[in-house]
Amino acid sequence: MGTVVVLITLLVGLLSGLTAGLARENTSAVTGLEADRLAFAAPPDGRPVSFTDSAVGERAWRTWAGRPGVTAAEPVGIRTLDAATGDGRRTAAVSAFGVRPDGGLAPGTVATGRVVLSRPAADGLGAAPGDTVRLGGSEMTVGAVAGDASYSHTPVVWTSLDDWQHIGGSGGSERDRPGGGRATVIALSTHGADLAAGDEAAGTRTLTLDESLTAIGSYQAENGSLQLMRGFLFAISALVVGAFFTVWTIQRGADVAVLKALGASTPYLLRDALGQAVVMLAAGTGVGTALAAGIGALLGGGEGAVPFVLDASTVLVPAAVMIVLGVLGAALSIRRITAVDPLVALGSAR
Amino acid sequence: MTLTLTDVTLTYPDGGTRLTALDRVSLHVAAGTLTAVVGPSGSGKSSLLAVAATLVTPDRGRVVVAGTDTAGLGGAEKAALRRERVGIVFQQPNLLPSLTAVEQVLVMAHLSGGPARAARARARELLDAVGLADKADRRPHELSGGQRQRVNIARALMNEPAVLLVDEPTSALDHERGAAVLDLLAALTRERSTATVLVTHDRAHLDRVDGTVTMRDGRLTAHAPA
Repeated sequence: MGTVVVLITLLVGLLSGLTAGLARENTSAVTGLEADRLAFAAPPDGRPVSFTDSAVGERAWRTWAGRPGVTAAEPVGIRTLDAATGDGRRTAAVSAFGVRPDGGLAPGTVATGRVVLSRPAADGLGAAPGDTVRLGGSEMTVGAVAGDASYSHTPVVWTSLDDWQHIGGSGGSERDRPGGGRATVIALSTHGADLAAGDEAAGTRTLTLDESLTAIGSYQAENGSLQLMRGFLFAISALVVGAFFTVWTIQRGADVAVLKALGASTPYLLRDALGQAVVMLAAGTGVGTALAAGIGALLGGGEGAVPFVLDASTVLVPAAVMIVLGVLGAALSIRRITAVDPLVALGSAR
Repeated sequence: MTLTLTDVTLTYPDGGTRLTALDRVSLHVAAGTLTAVVGPSGSGKSSLLAVAATLVTPDRGRVVVAGTDTAGLGGAEKAALRRERVGIVFQQPNLLPSLTAVEQVLVMAHLSGGPARAARARARELLDAVGLADKADRRPHELSGGQRQRVNIARALMNEPAVLLVDEPTSALDHERGAAVLDLLAALTRERSTATVLVTHDRAHLDRVDGTVTMRDGRLTAHAPA
């Protein structure tokens, strides 16, 4: 039984790390923005917002910037495209994040013709500060390599908003075009702002950073599938542990009858059985978690590694959930102890 | 402290009717005496033991165990009474397979929640009293049938019971070992002043007991003081 718990914990641990790793590759550029909300162009007919369809104009971010309680409203352009080294020998798919040079959103200094590569982008292109890279036909100089931001499984290249507007559009409607430059979303830093009124005035829909992840096309489907697998694994583990303790309780029926005949109270026997379940689950989960952490460290280390996050949320939380669900499964099973008749110990009592 | 059953009747469901296992049985066992209940199989001996052990509630009658009238006691109170005042020696030793001899005896102290160090000393003293001082760390499969039965007796005595209920202790033993077990029970009964009831169908060793009662068809048919 301990082996089963170890294996399930290992599987859950690996899946948790992988899920978080994939999520990070999908979203870290968004979750890492120095902002608490994103304002998207309000889609028509109440449709859900998406990064792909959103396009906001200068009028919108200026409107937000002037709202009370808004401390910063920075336009961010997002577009996925191919990048190449200056000599064209190496290419990589990247996400270009266009920001204003003085906006404070990029991890380094961007300027017209000067980009900041995230480390994965620099690794993919084999580029270093001072090198030339080509983004959508425009040649730019690498000013710095900083951060490890990633969006929709592609590494991020930070550009100036002006450059971003030249290398590609926002991908959506350009209704704000008469108002000036374009971007995909507006990164807002707020403190007690009236968001509904702001949306009304700017023609946007504002979401928190976490809420806005659902606007990344692939994120919901991918994350939903992995989370569903994780949920099933947790359910299976509870069922397996429950089944084990059902058999265990039946096998111990004679011993339980003797203990009851000797004067053991039913609560004592339940506590005793549950205590043994907890010890076994804790030991099995501990070993499984250690194995998952070790394998995760191996998978996640080095260049071109599997996306794997090794932290408390992917190591300790699954372990705790395993123990809690296992104890619930065991508790449901060992309640049979209450039905054991101590007369069995006397054998020929009837 | 004594064991007293007064006019006890016990019936079991048997198809559409009820089978009478005990029929107006009265029995008094004084402290420091060993009373044998003999009779053929199915006569009601084990039912008598089950009632005395508070494992079964009779339909009628009064059962007083070590001064406690068991009528109206709840399950938890009966369990506590068995734990603190009653010792049971099972027909099969019913030892827990994974525990050593001394741990088998310590189970009783563990159930009562007494101090561990004093309990361990007492468990070893009891194993010494039943002649198993050198077998304290052996598990059941490393003990003979007679030795297992002695562990069973030591376990029953661990919480200093006022009433000792013994169910066919010699059924799996040869004559010599059976006699030794009966000698031990008789000695412990007097030494520890327990009111001991010995249920047996084996009349071979009844010269060791203080009194004998005979059961037939759920009734006590004879009461013969030794």
